[in-house]
Amino acid sequence: MAAPALTRKDFASAQEVRWCPGCGDYSILAQVQKVLPDLGIPKENIVFISGIGCSSRFPYYMETYGFHSIHGRAPTLASGLKASRPELSIWVITGDGDGLSIGGNHLLHVMRRNIDLTIVLFNNQIYGLTKGQYSPTSEFGKKTKTSPLGNIDFPIRPLSVALAAEASFVARSVDADVKHMQQVLERAARHKGTSFVEVYQNCVIFNDGAFDGFATKEQRPEHTVQLVHGKPLVFGAKRDKGIRLNGFTPEVVTLGNGITESDLLVHNEALHDPTLGMLLDRMTHPDFPVPVGVFRAVERPTYEDMMTDQIQRAVERRGAGELGQLFREGDVWEVKAKDANRVP
Amino acid sequence: MSSAPAGRPVERKEVDRVTIRFAGDSGDGMQLVGTQFTNASAVLGNDVSTLPDYPAEIRAPQGSLPGVSAFQLSFASEDIFTPGDQPDVLVAMNPAALKVNLPDLPHGATIIVNDDEFNATNLRKAGYDKNPLDDDGLSGYRVHRVPITSANARALADSGLTANEIDRCKNFFALGLMFWLYDRPLEATLRTIEEKFEGKPQVREANKTTLKAGHAFAETAEMFPASFRVPPARLEPGMYRNITGNAATALGFVAASQLCGRPLFYGSYPITPASEILQDLARYKNFGVRTFQAEDEIAGIGTAIGAAYGGALGLTGTSGPGLALKGEAIGLAVMTELPLVIVNVQRAGPSTGLPTKTEQSDLLQAMFGRNGESPVAVVAPCSPGDCFHMAIEAARIAIRHMTPVIYLSDGYLGNGSEPWRIPDLESLPRFPVEFPTDPATFKPYARDEKTLARPWGIPGTPGLEHRLGGLEKANVTGMVCYDAANHDLMVKLRAEKVARIAADIPEQPVFGPSEGDVLVISWGGTYGAVRTAVQSAQRDGFRVAHAHVRYIHPMPANLGEVVKRYRRVLVPELNLGQLLFLLRARYLVDAIGLNKVAGQPFRSLEVYEKIAELCRPNN
Ligand SMILES: Cc1ncc(C[n+]2csc(CCOP(=O)(O)OP(=O)(O)O)c2C)c(N)n1
Ligand code: SF4
Repeated sequence: MAAPALTRKDFASAQEVRWCPGCGDYSILAQVQKVLPDLGIPKENIVFISGIGCSSRFPYYMETYGFHSIHGRAPTLASGLKASRPELSIWVITGDGDGLSIGGNHLLHVMRRNIDLTIVLFNNQIYGLTKGQYSPTSEFGKKTKTSPLGNIDFPIRPLSVALAAEASFVARSVDADVKHMQQVLERAARHKGTSFVEVYQNCVIFNDGAFDGFATKEQRPEHTVQLVHGKPLVFGAKRDKGIRLNGFTPEVVTLGNGITESDLLVHNEALHDPTLGMLLDRMTHPDFPVPVGVFRAVERPTYEDMMTDQIQRAVERRGAGELGQLFREGDVWEVKAKDANRVP
Repeated sequence: MSSAPAGRPVERKEVDRVTIRFAGDSGDGMQLVGTQFTNASAVLGNDVSTLPDYPAEIRAPQGSLPGVSAFQLSFASEDIFTPGDQPDVLVAMNPAALKVNLPDLPHGATIIVNDDEFNATNLRKAGYDKNPLDDDGLSGYRVHRVPITSANARALADSGLTANEIDRCKNFFALGLMFWLYDRPLEATLRTIEEKFEGKPQVREANKTTLKAGHAFAETAEMFPASFRVPPARLEPGMYRNITGNAATALGFVAASQLCGRPLFYGSYPITPASEILQDLARYKNFGVRTFQAEDEIAGIGTAIGAAYGGALGLTGTSGPGLALKGEAIGLAVMTELPLVIVNVQRAGPSTGLPTKTEQSDLLQAMFGRNGESPVAVVAPCSPGDCFHMAIEAARIAIRHMTPVIYLSDGYLGNGSEPWRIPDLESLPRFPVEFPTDPATFKPYARDEKTLARPWGIPGTPGLEHRLGGLEKANVTGMVCYDAANHDLMVKLRAEKVARIAADIPEQPVFGPSEGDVLVISWGGTYGAVRTAVQSAQRDGFRVAHAHVRYIHPMPANLGEVVKRYRRVLVPELNLGQLLFLLRARYLVDAIGLNKVAGQPFRSLEVYEKIAELCRPNN
């Protein structure tokens, strides 16, 4: 008898969820719990690994295997687990500080290795857990507790980092758009290789409304553009605007007056060259609509498959390792019974 | 030079032990010939012990003092524990090598110099204002001037190699010379040359030719009045191979993986002198070994924790500065109570320190270098061969007690070598793993009655889904818990869990009388020098015993009682007194330290003198 299908309730742990009321994290948790049953992966084969931050409390709330690790290092634990247990489905939950500040190095390397993980970076452009200091994604000039005169660090673009590291799946969504987030998360989870998803997440306490200019239901049509593979970049409540390339520079144009969809930039997520993704990531609010959706989705061999493959080939070539034989590598000699030894 | 007929019978002197040091420029191939001489001696049945000593720079300026690379080895017809205090013979390939190594030579030692290199330029680079071979400054030594460079060039005149390539072969000429002098066979080295230069027939032939030429030169040139023979040692019967500590460590972990039936995962970032462990393990893929060259030491341990969480034998390895980086993650492994072995091949510190020199100064870092009450087990091998056994022990303790274990090797052990008796597979301890599978009874932080270890529930097991992490856990359930009483309990349980390992390790053996004037307590790579010193002190009638501690945390259960049976306790260490600090704190014993922090191992004589001093009645 087949096991009964799982529902989102099966993925909610007994632990009480303790984010601030209204925090965007709730929405992301709900969407992940919604998507998981559809993936058809047995619950015991799913592992959530996080670093430290508000967002990194996530694994405690999931009724799967979970590991709340140390600040910035979740990708390393996930890499070791995936490399030794490739059959597991592993998610990395991280924040903008966790993933891009203290853990920036690991994030780069896990993506370049293309380890089959689904990384979800909750970007609230602030340090939540430590109560409101600027983060590596905070905007230039932002006043926070540690930047009373304005932030003089220039912000990092998470997706450009991911694309530069050649992550094989790169996408963005926003906490308020639950349907969109579900689609993106589901695709990310199904992708074989490193999936990197940035989710704009509202921190109601320390950075409330940071994304209101484009992320709310009202603003979304005019201020975001959905990336759809093979489709031109059209946006606007009346779908009357688009993105056109002027040389290497994107520009916003209004359709009509001789400008048609055929003049617009057509999205292609399957390009191996990450340049188009980078170019799209440079479009920032309020000058541009913020692109959401899948920037890049390409096939590359995964680290763990190549590792397993090397092991299999070594066994085929040399036979399964035999300790006795290994011990005798190189020059070996025998010492016979003690006295015989003295004879030259 | 006279022209005596080849094959003239020479005097053969039999000696028990010889210590040779090959020294030259770092490009001269001294490590290679030292290793070859060692292997040839080991195969002859001698006990051997080696001490490679190379500069931190891969290529310091040629002929300069900092560019001197040396390899010391001792071979003997008796059981030996050290590569020798002072060389009987120094082979100096240039003036810098002579200058750097001369202070280590005892009066009357033999010096073989490459005469050709004692030219104006090289003398100047070595800071000599005149040729030391020409005045009587070396009158206390037996000096042999051999034109190694030119004789090598003559032997290879027809080799078809360039002058530069020919010059690079001269180390094998010197080796041939030494092979004759100490009556070693050439075969093993000829075989090695065949393998090493397989794709380069000209170089291969040239090296073989010059090796033989050096041998013939020594025989015909009559420069040595006698040759020497060191008969085989009385070693335990069995099959042997020569092994370095790092190679033995890697083999020990591969063995451990089979003994516990779990695949081995090694996450590491290259650092001297630990890199060979990663390199060796990377070759053992057909044993199912997974090596992960991480982006840094933190990632190295992170991946190992991830693998351990998944049920693998998770290992990470590094040297001192890398251990500093791993501290936070070790704390995570303590909190999550996962089995993990952290290898630290210590080197001289602090910071980058002397990367290629040995020291034992990370002991307190291993014990305490973490935030919070964060106990881990610590073990330390005592010789290159012992690295094999202690690697297995580290893995066994980690898995049986669900705890991180720090394995403290050092550069001296890692690079040094000795004959290793190949163990009988049946004699190795087996420690099969049982993963819990029953959801009805599984509690992530339930504890084994005897060891206090928690169950190793791994992902992929239906019904056991649970969450681990660095936040304090409620005992038994493993739920996040900020309760004050629970934290107090958990801190004590974790400490007690590690303390109980004492019941699972051998009692402390003592070498020598069970009571007396002095007990010498040592740990790690100083074993050989201390054992040699204690042995000779015993022979000279002193009432001294030796306890070498391989299990440092927890210490063997009987150690406290052992230290009380001697009038004085002496603790020689290559640091300013770290084990001393632990022993004094733990056993309230008024032990005294013998400390050396010079990047060099102890000489047994240094230890001997201290023992003799302490044994004097009024001390
Ligand atoms: C080694 C270390 N340094 C600093 C901290 C303190 N710390 C915890 S979370 C955090 C920043 C979290 O910010 P972010 O990743 O953006 O997560 P959020 O709380 O906003 O979800 C910091 C600095 C820590 N836990 N560990
Ligand atoms: S501080 Fe901000 S990010 Fe953290 S839980 Fe509260 S709202 Fe969410």
